[in-house]
Amino acid sequence: MNKTLAVFKRELAGYFATPVAYVFITIFLVLSGALTFMMGNLLGRGQADLQPFFNFHPWLYLVLIPAISMRLWAEERKSGTIEMLLTLPLTQCQAVVGKFLAAWAFTGIALALTFPVWITVNVLGGPDNGVIFAGYIGSLLMAGGYLAIGSALSAITRNQVIAFVLTAAVAFVFTVAGTPMVLDFFSGWAPAALVSTVASLSIMTHFQAIQTGVLDLRDLIYFVTLIALFLYANALILDLRKAD
Amino acid sequence: MIEIDGLTKKFGQFLAVDNISLTVPKGEVLGFLGPNGAGKSTTMKMVMGFLPPTSGTARLCGHDILTDGLAARAMAGYLPEGAPAYSDMTPIGFLKFAAELRGLSGAARDKAIERAMEQTQIGEVRLQPIETLSKGFKRRVGLAQALLHDPAVLILDEPTDGLDPNQKHEVRRLIEGMAADKAIIISTHILEEVDALCTRAVIIAQGRLLADARPEELHAMAPGHNNVSLLLPEAQATTAETALAALAGVERVEKTSADGAARLVVVPQGRASIVAAVTEAVRSGGWSAADITVDQGRLEDVFRHITLDTHRAA
Repeated sequence: MNKTLAVFKRELAGYFATPVAYVFITIFLVLSGALTFMMGNLLGRGQADLQPFFNFHPWLYLVLIPAISMRLWAEERKSGTIEMLLTLPLTQCQAVVGKFLAAWAFTGIALALTFPVWITVNVLGGPDNGVIFAGYIGSLLMAGGYLAIGSALSAITRNQVIAFVLTAAVAFVFTVAGTPMVLDFFSGWAPAALVSTVASLSIMTHFQAIQTGVLDLRDLIYFVTLIALFLYANALILDLRKAD
Repeated sequence: MIEIDGLTKKFGQFLAVDNISLTVPKGEVLGFLGPNGAGKSTTMKMVMGFLPPTSGTARLCGHDILTDGLAARAMAGYLPEGAPAYSDMTPIGFLKFAAELRGLSGAARDKAIERAMEQTQIGEVRLQPIETLSKGFKRRVGLAQALLHDPAVLILDEPTDGLDPNQKHEVRRLIEGMAADKAIIISTHILEEVDALCTRAVIIAQGRLLADARPEELHAMAPGHNNVSLLLPEAQATTAETALAALAGVERVEKTSADGAARLVVVPQGRASIVAAVTEAVRSGGWSAADITVDQGRLEDVFRHITLDTHRAA
Protein backbone atom coordinates (compact mmCIF):
# COMPACT_ATOMS: atom_id res chain seq x y z
CA MET A 1 0.00 0.00 0.00
CA ASN A 2 2.82 2.39 0.93
CA LYS A 3 4.58 1.46 -2.27
CA THR A 4 1.50 2.13 -4.38
CA LEU A 5 1.26 5.47 -2.61
CA ALA A 6 4.92 6.27 -3.36
CA VAL A 7 4.39 5.54 -7.06
CA PHE A 8 1.17 7.56 -7.00
CA LYS A 9 2.83 10.60 -5.42
CA ARG A 10 5.77 10.56 -7.81
CA GLU A 11 3.55 10.19 -10.84
CA LEU A 12 1.14 12.92 -9.82
CA ALA A 13 4.01 15.29 -9.03
CA GLY A 14 5.42 14.36 -12.44
CA TYR A 15 2.31 15.77 -14.12
CA PHE A 16 2.80 19.11 -12.45
CA ALA A 17 6.59 19.19 -12.93
CA THR A 18 6.12 20.63 -16.42
CA PRO A 19 3.75 23.33 -17.71
CA VAL A 20 1.96 20.64 -19.72
CA ALA A 21 -0.37 19.92 -16.80
CA TYR A 22 -1.52 23.53 -16.59
CA VAL A 23 -1.90 23.79 -20.35
CA PHE A 24 -3.93 20.60 -20.33
CA ILE A 25 -6.23 21.77 -17.54
CA THR A 26 -6.72 25.10 -19.30
CA ILE A 27 -7.62 23.41 -22.58
CA PHE A 28 -10.01 21.07 -20.80
CA LEU A 29 -11.76 23.93 -19.01
CA VAL A 30 -11.97 26.18 -22.08
CA LEU A 31 -13.22 23.39 -24.31
CA SER A 32 -15.78 22.05 -21.87
CA GLY A 33 -16.97 25.59 -21.23
CA ALA A 34 -17.19 26.50 -24.89
CA LEU A 35 -19.02 23.28 -25.81
CA THR A 36 -21.46 23.64 -22.92
CA PHE A 37 -22.39 27.25 -23.47
CA MET A 38 -22.11 27.58 -27.23
CA MET A 39 -22.97 24.21 -28.74
CA GLY A 40 -24.94 22.89 -25.78
CA ASN A 41 -26.81 26.16 -25.36
CA LEU A 42 -26.85 25.81 -21.58
CA LEU A 43 -28.30 29.25 -20.97
CA GLY A 44 -30.84 29.39 -23.82
CA ARG A 45 -32.63 26.11 -23.22
CA GLY A 46 -34.29 27.34 -20.06
CA GLN A 47 -33.54 24.32 -17.91
CA ALA A 48 -31.50 24.34 -14.72
CA ASP A 49 -29.37 21.22 -15.18
CA LEU A 50 -25.94 20.22 -16.48
CA GLN A 51 -27.13 17.92 -19.25
CA PRO A 52 -25.41 19.94 -22.01
CA PHE A 53 -22.22 20.00 -19.94
CA PHE A 54 -21.98 16.25 -19.38
CA ASN A 55 -23.18 15.32 -22.87
CA PHE A 56 -19.89 16.43 -24.36
CA HIS A 57 -17.67 14.63 -21.86
CA PRO A 58 -17.30 11.33 -23.76
CA TRP A 59 -16.12 13.21 -26.84
CA LEU A 60 -13.90 15.53 -24.88
CA TYR A 61 -12.30 12.60 -23.07
CA LEU A 62 -11.79 10.76 -26.32
CA VAL A 63 -9.23 13.37 -27.30
CA LEU A 64 -7.91 14.57 -23.96
CA ILE A 65 -7.59 11.37 -21.92
CA PRO A 66 -5.12 9.70 -24.31
CA ALA A 67 -2.96 12.79 -23.86
CA ILE A 68 -2.85 12.11 -20.12
CA SER A 69 -2.35 8.38 -20.31
CA MET A 70 0.16 8.26 -23.15
CA ARG A 71 3.16 9.08 -20.98
CA LEU A 72 2.42 6.60 -18.20
CA TRP A 73 4.53 3.72 -19.51
CA ALA A 74 5.80 4.89 -22.90
CA GLU A 75 7.87 7.54 -21.16
CA GLU A 76 9.33 4.98 -18.75
CA ARG A 77 10.29 2.80 -21.67
CA LYS A 78 11.84 5.63 -23.62
CA SER A 79 13.97 6.92 -20.75
CA GLY A 80 14.86 3.44 -19.52
CA THR A 81 13.52 4.16 -16.04
CA ILE A 82 11.17 1.20 -16.40
CA GLU A 83 14.18 -1.02 -15.71
CA MET A 84 15.00 0.91 -12.55
CA LEU A 85 11.37 0.95 -11.40
CA LEU A 86 10.59 -2.70 -12.01
CA THR A 87 13.80 -3.96 -10.40
CA LEU A 88 12.91 -2.19 -7.16
CA PRO A 89 11.11 -4.43 -4.69
CA LEU A 90 7.54 -3.61 -5.66
CA THR A 91 5.01 -5.75 -7.46
CA GLN A 92 3.88 -4.95 -10.95
CA CYS A 93 0.38 -4.53 -9.63
CA GLN A 94 1.55 -1.81 -7.23
CA ALA A 95 3.33 0.03 -10.04
CA VAL A 96 0.38 -0.21 -12.43
CA VAL A 97 -2.24 0.81 -9.87
CA GLY A 98 -0.12 3.64 -8.44
CA LYS A 99 0.41 5.17 -11.85
CA PHE A 100 -3.20 4.71 -12.89
CA LEU A 101 -4.50 6.33 -9.71
CA ALA A 102 -2.20 9.31 -10.26
CA ALA A 103 -3.56 9.85 -13.77
CA TRP A 104 -7.08 9.43 -12.46
CA ALA A 105 -6.48 11.93 -9.66
CA PHE A 106 -5.10 14.38 -12.19
CA THR A 107 -8.25 14.02 -14.29
CA GLY A 108 -10.30 14.40 -11.12
CA ILE A 109 -8.58 17.70 -10.41
CA ALA A 110 -9.34 18.95 -13.92
CA LEU A 111 -12.95 17.83 -13.56
CA ALA A 112 -13.32 19.47 -10.14
CA LEU A 113 -12.13 22.75 -11.61
CA THR A 114 -15.28 22.88 -13.75
CA PHE A 115 -17.17 23.91 -10.59
CA PRO A 116 -18.02 27.41 -11.95
CA VAL A 117 -20.46 25.73 -14.35
CA TRP A 118 -22.18 24.13 -11.38
CA ILE A 119 -22.27 27.48 -9.56
CA THR A 120 -23.72 29.13 -12.66
CA VAL A 121 -26.75 26.83 -12.84
CA ASN A 122 -27.28 27.13 -9.10
CA VAL A 123 -27.28 30.91 -9.32
CA LEU A 124 -29.61 30.96 -12.31
CA GLY A 125 -32.05 28.34 -11.13
CA GLY A 126 -32.70 25.46 -8.78
CA PRO A 127 -31.15 22.35 -10.34
CA ASP A 128 -31.33 18.88 -8.84
CA ASN A 129 -27.88 18.74 -7.30
CA GLY A 130 -28.24 15.00 -6.75
CA VAL A 131 -28.42 14.47 -10.50
CA ILE A 132 -25.45 16.77 -11.01
CA PHE A 133 -23.47 14.87 -8.39
CA ALA A 134 -24.30 11.60 -10.16
CA GLY A 135 -23.17 13.21 -13.39
CA TYR A 136 -19.80 14.07 -11.90
CA ILE A 137 -19.41 10.54 -10.50
CA GLY A 138 -20.31 9.08 -13.88
CA SER A 139 -17.88 11.39 -15.64
CA LEU A 140 -15.09 10.42 -13.25
CA LEU A 141 -15.79 6.71 -13.71
CA MET A 142 -15.82 7.14 -17.46
CA ALA A 143 -12.49 8.97 -17.30
CA GLY A 144 -11.13 6.05 -15.26
CA GLY A 145 -12.24 3.62 -17.96
CA TYR A 146 -10.55 5.61 -20.71
CA LEU A 147 -7.42 6.01 -18.58
CA ALA A 148 -7.16 2.28 -17.92
CA ILE A 149 -7.36 1.64 -21.66
CA GLY A 150 -4.72 4.31 -22.23
CA SER A 151 -2.43 3.01 -19.51
CA ALA A 152 -2.46 -0.52 -20.95
CA LEU A 153 -1.82 0.70 -24.48
CA SER A 154 0.93 3.04 -23.35
CA ALA A 155 2.76 -0.01 -22.01
CA ILE A 156 2.98 -1.41 -25.54
CA THR A 157 5.26 1.22 -27.00
CA ARG A 158 8.04 3.63 -26.19
CA ASN A 159 6.51 6.19 -28.52
CA GLN A 160 3.96 8.47 -26.88
CA VAL A 161 2.36 9.45 -30.19
CA ILE A 162 1.64 5.81 -30.97
CA ALA A 163 0.22 5.39 -27.47
CA PHE A 164 -2.03 8.40 -28.05
CA VAL A 165 -3.37 7.23 -31.40
CA LEU A 166 -3.96 3.64 -30.26
CA THR A 167 -5.77 4.80 -27.14
CA ALA A 168 -7.97 7.22 -29.05
CA ALA A 169 -8.87 4.47 -31.53
CA VAL A 170 -9.73 1.83 -28.93
CA ALA A 171 -11.54 4.36 -26.76
CA PHE A 172 -13.56 5.42 -29.81
CA VAL A 173 -14.70 1.84 -30.37
CA PHE A 174 -15.79 1.57 -26.73
CA THR A 175 -17.56 4.89 -26.93
CA VAL A 176 -19.62 4.39 -30.05
CA ALA A 177 -20.48 0.73 -29.46
CA GLY A 178 -23.87 1.72 -28.07
CA THR A 179 -24.84 4.39 -30.58
CA PRO A 180 -27.78 3.71 -32.95
CA MET A 181 -25.39 3.84 -35.89
CA VAL A 182 -23.43 0.83 -34.67
CA LEU A 183 -26.41 -1.03 -33.27
CA ASP A 184 -28.36 -0.67 -36.53
CA PHE A 185 -25.45 -2.23 -38.31
CA PHE A 186 -25.73 -5.31 -36.07
CA SER A 187 -29.49 -5.51 -35.57
CA GLY A 188 -30.20 -6.31 -39.23
CA TRP A 189 -28.67 -9.79 -39.04
CA ALA A 190 -27.18 -10.52 -35.64
CA PRO A 191 -29.08 -12.28 -32.84
CA ALA A 192 -30.55 -9.97 -30.25
CA ALA A 193 -28.14 -11.28 -27.61
CA LEU A 194 -25.16 -10.08 -29.60
CA VAL A 195 -26.72 -6.69 -30.19
CA SER A 196 -27.37 -6.19 -26.51
CA THR A 197 -23.85 -7.42 -25.68
CA VAL A 198 -22.35 -4.84 -28.01
CA ALA A 199 -24.59 -2.19 -26.55
CA SER A 200 -23.67 -3.13 -23.01
CA LEU A 201 -19.98 -2.74 -23.82
CA SER A 202 -20.48 0.90 -24.63
CA ILE A 203 -19.01 3.46 -22.30
CA MET A 204 -21.53 5.97 -23.58
CA THR A 205 -24.59 3.88 -22.67
CA HIS A 206 -23.42 3.39 -19.09
CA PHE A 207 -22.39 6.99 -18.70
CA GLN A 208 -25.74 8.24 -19.92
CA ALA A 209 -27.50 5.92 -17.50
CA ILE A 210 -25.59 7.36 -14.55
CA GLN A 211 -25.98 10.88 -15.86
CA THR A 212 -29.76 10.69 -15.48
CA GLY A 213 -29.15 10.58 -11.75
CA VAL A 214 -29.57 6.86 -11.24
CA LEU A 215 -26.46 5.25 -9.79
CA ASP A 216 -27.27 1.71 -10.85
CA LEU A 217 -25.02 -1.02 -9.48
CA ARG A 218 -24.70 -2.51 -12.96
CA ASP A 219 -23.21 0.67 -14.37
CA LEU A 220 -20.84 0.85 -11.44
CA ILE A 221 -19.79 -2.76 -11.96
CA TYR A 222 -19.30 -2.08 -15.65
CA PHE A 223 -16.79 0.72 -15.07
CA VAL A 224 -14.98 -1.06 -12.25
CA THR A 225 -14.68 -4.17 -14.42
CA LEU A 226 -13.51 -2.14 -17.40
CA ILE A 227 -10.80 -0.50 -15.30
CA ALA A 228 -9.73 -3.75 -13.63
CA LEU A 229 -9.58 -5.64 -16.93
CA PHE A 230 -7.42 -3.08 -18.66
CA LEU A 231 -5.10 -2.68 -15.68
CA TYR A 232 -4.70 -6.44 -15.62
CA ALA A 233 -3.88 -6.31 -19.33
CA ASN A 234 -1.45 -3.53 -18.52
CA ALA A 235 0.44 -5.75 -16.05
CA LEU A 236 0.40 -8.64 -18.54
CA ILE A 237 1.84 -6.46 -21.29
CA LEU A 238 4.61 -5.32 -18.95
CA ASP A 239 5.38 -8.93 -18.11
CA LEU A 240 5.53 -9.97 -21.74
CA ARG A 241 7.66 -7.14 -23.00
CA LYS A 242 9.56 -5.40 -20.31
CA ALA A 243 12.63 -4.50 -22.26
CA ASP A 244 12.55 -3.07 -25.76
CA MET B 1 25.34 -14.78 -2.37
CA ILE B 2 24.80 -14.45 -6.10
CA GLU B 3 24.14 -17.76 -7.78
CA ILE B 4 23.60 -17.78 -11.52
CA ASP B 5 22.36 -21.13 -12.65
CA GLY B 6 22.35 -21.98 -16.34
CA LEU B 7 20.90 -18.66 -17.47
CA THR B 8 19.94 -18.68 -21.12
CA LYS B 9 18.16 -16.05 -23.18
CA LYS B 10 16.98 -16.31 -26.73
CA PHE B 11 15.53 -13.40 -28.68
CA GLY B 12 13.76 -15.24 -31.46
CA GLN B 13 16.49 -17.29 -33.11
CA PHE B 14 19.27 -15.17 -31.63
CA LEU B 15 21.01 -16.74 -28.66
CA ALA B 16 21.96 -13.73 -26.52
CA VAL B 17 23.05 -15.58 -23.40
CA ASP B 18 24.11 -19.20 -23.57
CA ASN B 19 23.90 -21.25 -20.40
CA ILE B 20 25.91 -19.08 -18.02
CA SER B 21 26.49 -20.36 -14.50
CA LEU B 22 28.58 -18.76 -11.81
CA THR B 23 28.60 -18.05 -8.11
CA VAL B 24 29.79 -14.88 -6.44
CA PRO B 25 30.43 -15.26 -2.70
CA LYS B 26 30.52 -12.45 -0.17
CA GLY B 27 33.66 -10.34 -0.39
CA GLU B 28 34.16 -10.87 -4.09
CA VAL B 29 34.08 -8.21 -6.81
CA LEU B 30 33.40 -9.94 -10.09
CA GLY B 31 34.21 -8.09 -13.31
CA PHE B 32 32.01 -8.86 -16.32
CA LEU B 33 34.09 -8.29 -19.43
CA GLY B 34 33.08 -8.64 -23.02
CA PRO B 35 32.60 -6.76 -26.26
CA ASN B 36 29.45 -4.75 -26.86
CA GLY B 37 26.51 -7.04 -27.47
CA ALA B 38 28.20 -9.96 -25.74
CA GLY B 39 25.27 -10.49 -23.38
CA LYS B 40 26.59 -8.74 -20.27
CA SER B 41 23.62 -6.43 -19.78
CA THR B 42 21.14 -9.12 -20.76
CA THR B 43 22.59 -11.39 -18.09
CA MET B 44 22.40 -8.65 -15.48
CA LYS B 45 18.79 -7.88 -16.45
CA MET B 46 17.89 -11.52 -15.97
CA VAL B 47 19.66 -11.72 -12.62
CA MET B 48 17.60 -8.72 -11.47
CA GLY B 49 14.39 -10.30 -12.72
CA PHE B 50 13.76 -7.61 -15.31
CA LEU B 51 14.03 -10.00 -18.25
CA PRO B 52 12.55 -13.48 -17.94
CA PRO B 53 15.21 -16.08 -18.86
CA THR B 54 14.46 -18.63 -21.57
CA SER B 55 15.86 -21.19 -19.15
CA GLY B 56 17.87 -21.27 -15.96
CA THR B 57 17.52 -18.97 -12.98
CA ALA B 58 19.43 -16.86 -10.50
CA ARG B 59 19.36 -16.64 -6.71
CA LEU B 60 20.23 -13.59 -4.65
CA CYS B 61 20.99 -14.41 -1.01
CA GLY B 62 19.09 -17.66 -1.48
CA HIS B 63 15.96 -16.04 -2.95
CA ASP B 64 15.09 -17.30 -6.40
CA ILE B 65 14.50 -14.39 -8.75
CA LEU B 66 11.73 -16.23 -10.60
CA THR B 67 9.73 -17.64 -7.71
CA ASP B 68 10.61 -15.19 -4.94
CA GLY B 69 11.40 -12.09 -6.94
CA LEU B 70 10.30 -9.47 -4.45
CA ALA B 71 12.58 -10.77 -1.70
CA ALA B 72 15.44 -11.31 -4.14
CA ARG B 73 15.19 -7.77 -5.49
CA ALA B 74 15.03 -6.38 -1.98
CA MET B 75 18.48 -7.89 -1.33
CA ALA B 76 20.10 -6.20 -4.29
CA GLY B 77 21.12 -2.75 -5.42
CA TYR B 78 21.08 -2.38 -9.19
CA LEU B 79 22.49 0.25 -11.49
CA PRO B 80 20.96 -0.38 -14.93
CA GLU B 81 22.87 0.36 -18.11
CA GLY B 82 22.94 4.11 -18.71
CA ALA B 83 21.91 4.91 -15.12
CA PRO B 84 18.30 5.85 -15.93
CA ALA B 85 16.58 8.25 -13.53
CA TYR B 86 13.46 10.40 -13.68
CA SER B 87 14.81 13.51 -15.34
CA ASP B 88 12.19 15.89 -13.95
CA MET B 89 13.06 14.97 -10.36
CA THR B 90 15.84 16.27 -8.16
CA PRO B 91 18.39 13.78 -6.81
CA ILE B 92 16.91 14.08 -3.34
CA GLY B 93 13.37 13.57 -4.62
CA PHE B 94 14.48 10.60 -6.68
CA LEU B 95 16.28 9.02 -3.75
CA LYS B 96 13.28 9.59 -1.48
CA PHE B 97 11.10 7.81 -4.00
CA ALA B 98 13.51 4.87 -4.26
CA ALA B 99 13.86 4.73 -0.46
CA GLU B 100 10.10 4.55 0.01
CA LEU B 101 9.90 1.68 -2.45
CA ARG B 102 12.68 0.04 -0.45
CA GLY B 103 10.44 0.27 2.58
CA LEU B 104 12.48 2.97 4.32
CA SER B 105 10.64 5.83 5.97
CA GLY B 106 11.09 8.66 8.43
CA ALA B 107 14.48 9.13 10.05
CA ALA B 108 15.87 5.86 8.65
CA ARG B 109 15.04 7.03 5.15
CA ASP B 110 16.68 10.43 5.61
CA LYS B 111 19.75 8.84 7.13
CA ALA B 112 20.07 6.35 4.26
CA ILE B 113 19.73 9.15 1.71
CA GLU B 114 22.36 11.30 3.43
CA ARG B 115 24.77 8.38 3.57
CA ALA B 116 24.27 7.46 -0.09
CA MET B 117 24.69 11.10 -1.17
CA GLU B 118 27.82 11.37 0.92
CA GLN B 119 29.27 8.18 -0.53
CA THR B 120 28.65 9.24 -4.10
CA GLN B 121 29.36 12.94 -3.49
CA ILE B 122 26.22 14.33 -5.03
CA GLY B 123 25.25 16.58 -2.12
CA GLU B 124 26.01 19.77 -4.01
CA VAL B 125 23.43 19.03 -6.73
CA ARG B 126 20.76 17.59 -4.47
CA LEU B 127 18.17 20.17 -5.49
CA GLN B 128 18.89 20.44 -9.20
CA PRO B 129 16.65 18.64 -11.69
CA ILE B 130 18.41 15.49 -12.84
CA GLU B 131 18.01 16.46 -16.51
CA THR B 132 20.31 19.46 -15.94
CA LEU B 133 23.10 17.37 -14.41
CA SER B 134 26.32 16.33 -16.14
CA LYS B 135 26.79 12.72 -17.20
CA GLY B 136 29.09 12.09 -14.25
CA PHE B 137 26.56 13.35 -11.73
CA LYS B 138 23.73 11.40 -13.36
CA ARG B 139 25.77 8.22 -13.11
CA ARG B 140 26.44 8.90 -9.45
CA VAL B 141 22.77 9.58 -8.75
CA GLY B 142 22.04 6.14 -10.19
CA LEU B 143 24.78 4.69 -8.04
CA ALA B 144 23.38 6.39 -4.94
CA GLN B 145 20.02 4.78 -5.72
CA ALA B 146 21.69 1.35 -5.87
CA LEU B 147 23.54 1.88 -2.57
CA LEU B 148 20.62 3.39 -0.71
CA HIS B 149 19.66 0.39 1.40
CA ASP B 150 23.24 -0.86 1.91
CA PRO B 151 22.41 -4.06 0.00
CA ALA B 152 24.16 -7.41 0.39
CA VAL B 153 24.31 -7.77 -3.39
CA LEU B 154 25.35 -5.06 -5.82
CA ILE B 155 24.93 -5.36 -9.56
CA LEU B 156 26.37 -2.42 -11.44
CA ASP B 157 26.21 -2.14 -15.21
CA GLU B 158 29.13 0.08 -16.23
CA PRO B 159 29.34 2.11 -13.04
CA THR B 160 32.21 4.30 -14.20
CA ASP B 161 31.08 4.97 -17.75
CA GLY B 162 31.12 8.70 -18.45
CA LEU B 163 33.10 9.64 -15.36
CA ASP B 164 36.36 11.58 -15.51
CA PRO B 165 39.53 9.91 -14.17
CA ASN B 166 39.16 11.44 -10.70
CA GLN B 167 35.53 10.38 -10.42
CA LYS B 168 36.41 6.91 -11.66
CA HIS B 169 39.00 6.69 -8.94
CA GLU B 170 36.44 7.78 -6.34
CA VAL B 171 33.86 5.25 -7.48
CA ARG B 172 36.44 2.46 -7.48
CA ARG B 173 37.53 3.40 -3.99
CA LEU B 174 33.90 3.43 -2.92
CA ILE B 175 33.28 -0.04 -4.33
CA GLU B 176 36.53 -1.34 -2.82
CA GLY B 177 35.53 0.04 0.55
CA MET B 178 32.24 -1.86 0.48
CA ALA B 179 33.56 -5.06 -1.05
CA ALA B 180 34.35 -6.92 2.18
CA ASP B 181 30.76 -7.63 3.18
CA LYS B 182 29.01 -7.65 -0.19
CA ALA B 183 28.87 -9.72 -3.33
CA ILE B 184 29.42 -7.38 -6.26
CA ILE B 185 29.17 -7.77 -10.01
CA ILE B 186 30.32 -4.91 -12.23
CA SER B 187 30.38 -4.88 -15.99
CA THR B 188 32.93 -2.80 -17.78
CA HIS B 189 34.81 -2.26 -21.00
CA ILE B 190 37.66 -0.66 -19.15
CA LEU B 191 40.21 -3.36 -18.57
CA GLU B 192 42.33 -1.40 -16.14
CA GLU B 193 39.28 -1.44 -13.91
CA VAL B 194 39.66 -5.19 -13.55
CA ASP B 195 43.17 -4.76 -12.15
CA ALA B 196 42.14 -1.86 -9.98
CA LEU B 197 39.01 -3.35 -8.54
CA CYS B 198 38.09 -6.93 -9.26
CA THR B 199 39.04 -10.01 -7.35
CA ARG B 200 37.83 -12.13 -10.22
CA ALA B 201 36.93 -11.58 -13.84
CA VAL B 202 34.86 -13.41 -16.40
CA ILE B 203 34.99 -12.81 -20.12
CA ILE B 204 31.79 -13.20 -22.08
CA ALA B 205 31.47 -13.14 -25.84
CA GLN B 206 28.52 -14.17 -27.98
CA GLY B 207 26.63 -15.04 -24.85
CA ARG B 208 29.13 -17.64 -23.69
CA LEU B 209 31.36 -17.60 -20.67
CA LEU B 210 34.88 -17.97 -22.05
CA ALA B 211 37.15 -17.29 -19.11
CA ASP B 212 36.70 -17.17 -15.37
CA ALA B 213 39.83 -16.30 -13.47
CA ARG B 214 41.56 -13.94 -11.07
CA PRO B 215 43.04 -10.87 -12.79
CA GLU B 216 46.60 -12.15 -12.37
CA GLU B 217 45.62 -15.45 -13.97
CA LEU B 218 44.18 -13.54 -16.90
CA HIS B 219 47.44 -11.65 -17.22
CA ALA B 220 49.26 -14.96 -17.36
CA MET B 221 47.31 -15.81 -20.51
CA ALA B 222 48.65 -12.77 -22.30
CA PRO B 223 51.05 -13.42 -25.18
CA GLY B 224 53.94 -11.38 -23.76
CA HIS B 225 53.51 -12.46 -20.15
CA ASN B 226 56.85 -12.73 -18.26
CA ASN B 227 58.92 -11.47 -21.17
CA VAL B 228 62.01 -9.79 -19.73
CA SER B 229 63.22 -6.69 -21.47
CA LEU B 230 66.79 -5.33 -21.07
CA LEU B 231 68.38 -2.15 -22.33
CA LEU B 232 72.12 -2.66 -22.99
CA PRO B 233 74.90 -0.74 -24.73
CA GLU B 234 75.24 -1.91 -28.34
CA ALA B 235 78.77 -3.21 -27.66
CA GLN B 236 77.54 -5.78 -25.13
CA ALA B 237 74.36 -6.70 -26.94
CA THR B 238 75.59 -9.48 -29.18
CA THR B 239 77.38 -11.33 -26.38
CA ALA B 240 74.40 -10.94 -24.13
CA GLU B 241 72.02 -12.14 -26.82
CA THR B 242 73.92 -15.39 -27.25
CA ALA B 243 74.34 -15.94 -23.52
CA LEU B 244 70.68 -15.28 -22.73
CA ALA B 245 69.45 -17.49 -25.55
CA ALA B 246 71.47 -20.32 -24.03
CA LEU B 247 69.79 -20.03 -20.62
CA ALA B 248 67.48 -22.82 -19.54
CA GLY B 249 63.82 -22.03 -20.09
CA VAL B 250 64.42 -19.33 -22.71
CA GLU B 251 62.63 -19.79 -25.96
CA ARG B 252 64.24 -16.97 -27.94
CA VAL B 253 65.74 -13.49 -27.64
CA GLU B 254 64.58 -10.60 -29.81
CA LYS B 255 66.95 -7.71 -30.42
CA THR B 256 66.23 -4.19 -31.64
CA SER B 257 68.85 -1.46 -31.85
CA ALA B 258 68.56 2.30 -31.67
CA ASP B 259 70.94 5.19 -30.80
CA GLY B 260 73.88 3.00 -29.84
CA ALA B 261 71.80 0.97 -27.42
CA ALA B 262 70.04 -2.33 -27.91
CA ARG B 263 66.85 -3.63 -26.40
CA LEU B 264 66.76 -7.36 -25.83
CA VAL B 265 63.47 -9.07 -25.16
CA VAL B 266 63.90 -12.49 -23.60
CA VAL B 267 60.88 -14.67 -24.32
CA PRO B 268 60.49 -17.57 -21.88
CA GLN B 269 59.13 -21.01 -22.72
CA GLY B 270 55.51 -21.39 -21.68
CA ARG B 271 55.34 -17.85 -20.20
CA ALA B 272 57.25 -19.01 -17.09
CA SER B 273 59.01 -16.51 -14.88
CA ILE B 274 62.71 -16.22 -15.84
CA VAL B 275 63.58 -12.85 -14.39
CA ALA B 276 65.84 -14.37 -11.68
CA ALA B 277 67.93 -16.28 -14.23
CA VAL B 278 68.19 -13.22 -16.46
CA THR B 279 69.36 -10.87 -13.68
CA GLU B 280 71.87 -13.50 -12.57
CA ALA B 281 73.21 -13.64 -16.14
CA VAL B 282 73.43 -9.85 -16.26
CA ARG B 283 75.43 -9.79 -13.03
CA SER B 284 77.82 -12.59 -13.94
CA GLY B 285 78.30 -11.17 -17.45
CA GLY B 286 79.12 -7.77 -15.99
CA TRP B 287 76.77 -6.06 -18.47
CA SER B 288 75.61 -2.56 -17.72
CA ALA B 289 71.88 -2.89 -18.16
CA ALA B 290 70.14 0.48 -18.08
CA ASP B 291 66.81 -1.11 -17.21
CA ILE B 292 65.29 -4.51 -16.72
CA THR B 293 61.51 -4.86 -16.85
CA VAL B 294 59.17 -7.81 -16.70
CA ASP B 295 56.14 -7.69 -18.95
CA GLN B 296 52.96 -8.43 -16.95
CA GLY B 297 51.02 -9.13 -20.11
CA ARG B 298 48.31 -6.80 -21.28
CA LEU B 299 44.70 -7.65 -20.51
CA GLU B 300 43.76 -6.04 -23.81
CA ASP B 301 45.68 -8.76 -25.60
CA VAL B 302 44.02 -11.51 -23.57
CA PHE B 303 40.64 -9.95 -24.15
CA ARG B 304 41.13 -9.63 -27.90
CA HIS B 305 42.65 -13.06 -28.15
CA ILE B 306 39.74 -14.75 -26.36
CA THR B 307 36.86 -12.77 -27.82
CA LEU B 308 38.11 -12.64 -31.42
CA ASP B 309 38.79 -16.36 -31.47
CA THR B 310 35.16 -17.07 -30.66
CA HIS B 311 34.12 -14.60 -33.26
CA ARG B 312 36.13 -16.40 -35.92
CA ALA B 313 34.90 -19.81 -34.81
CA ALA B 314 31.26 -18.73 -35.03
